[in-house]
Amino acid sequence: MRETCALLGETVVRGLVMLVKPRQFRFGDCALAFERAGFDGLPITTLVGLLLGLILAFESAASLKTFGVEVYVADLIAIGLFRELGPLITAIILAGRSGSAFAAEIGTMKVDEELDALTTMGLPPVRFLMLPRMVAAAAVMPVLTVFAEMAGLIGGCLVLQIMDVPASVFWKHVISSSSVFMIVFGLAKGALFGLLIGFIGCASGMRTKNTADGVGVAATNAVVGGIVAIAVTDGLLAVACYILGV
Amino acid sequence: MAEPVIELEHVSAGYPGVEILGDVSFSVNEGEIFVLLGGSGCGKSTIMRHMIGLNPVLGGTLRVLGMEMNRKNRPKILRRIGVMYQSGALFGNMTCLQNVMLPLEEFTKLGRKARVRKAQDLLGQVGLADAAGKMPAEISGGMKKRVAIARALALDPEIIFLDEPSAGLDPITSSALDDLILKIRAARGTTFVVVTHELPSIFKIADRCAMFDKARHGMIALDSPTALRDTTDDEFVKRFFSRESRDDPSHGE
Repeated sequence: MRETCALLGETVVRGLVMLVKPRQFRFGDCALAFERAGFDGLPITTLVGLLLGLILAFESAASLKTFGVEVYVADLIAIGLFRELGPLITAIILAGRSGSAFAAEIGTMKVDEELDALTTMGLPPVRFLMLPRMVAAAAVMPVLTVFAEMAGLIGGCLVLQIMDVPASVFWKHVISSSSVFMIVFGLAKGALFGLLIGFIGCASGMRTKNTADGVGVAATNAVVGGIVAIAVTDGLLAVACYILGV
Repeated sequence: MAEPVIELEHVSAGYPGVEILGDVSFSVNEGEIFVLLGGSGCGKSTIMRHMIGLNPVLGGTLRVLGMEMNRKNRPKILRRIGVMYQSGALFGNMTCLQNVMLPLEEFTKLGRKARVRKAQDLLGQVGLADAAGKMPAEISGGMKKRVAIARALALDPEIIFLDEPSAGLDPITSSALDDLILKIRAARGTTFVVVTHELPSIFKIADRCAMFDKARHGMIALDSPTALRDTTDDEFVKRFFSRESRDDPSHGE
């Protein structure tokens, strides 16, 4: 725990230094991490988003149909996806795919003494390895979230069409129930989740023990830690929003 | 007389809560090839980790290049030393050339062309000019170590630390690596601190050796390898070097 706090402190300080001296930032490594987490993760994120929309629509339509208001499924899906489920489900996928990959990558480097090599070359691993991955994860989350949300809405629209609700009505309800603040808040939340996943994944890798199962344990810790951190942060944000009335 | 570039005074070596070696004192002189010697687990790599600033000493004083190794001086010291790790520790997502160029990119104001030229020159010096475009996964263990030496040389260090350079290498490759170390020392006057327990290599390259013993929890001998072999009264040292008598061609001449 103490080690993680020290690492967090160093990450914050080096992150702030990077804002002042952006030339120190490893843009190439960041772009590579963005590509791996983003483009490679796009199909699975879109698929899960689509299925989520379908499931939400089916489950809620069954109940709402009893009251003859199945058209409000569109409102439910839009609010649910933009505020909560879009960023949440995308973050869980990112934690599983990229958080574990960051931990495994950095963990293997630690076992192979590459982290020691960086340190003795005077290149802090936080600047060299952690910050590019964290920035990439934070940047990729809003993009993936948009795809997951759009796919979810399309899934919901397909279900409602089966139930004889025209697509134009569905999209009209989506637009009327959403607000710019809601969408931006969801995407900002996604970026925060990305930052957390990046930090926890990289920190797990940095703490890898030099044992046979060291890298595996680090990858598991990254996924579990990432999902727990997302859930806790989301809960805190929900409480904060309730208190602030937003 | 050559100046000491590394000085240890009553150093306790180990990790927080675990002292591996106690009261270690010796110095390494400029231009010397100094070997840290001993059986597995005796603490020779731990001593080296202290010297390169990866772990703080538990007690005593450690000075490198005239500066005490502490948090404040560490960055200044690191700019003036080079390290080759046992595995080579090359970055797997970079080519050999990019690995050698990395310290040049970070710490010099050389333009890209000049960096490439210098990195290629360094690879040439270690006999790997043809491997510049290869990834570390595509080259052998001995080649990885030579690329790591080229990377360690990039910033013209005053001291190079080598952790088990012969480990995992066949005798011919190992001997070629020893020749390379001698060649670099002759050309640049670089000081080398080498961790090894490979006796043929020690007799070929070492000016002096510090020998450690796990059971006695400290340094037990400090001299040239031939003096250690021929004049010691210590049973452990005798036993250690008796294996060498079969390996060293000069022995018994």
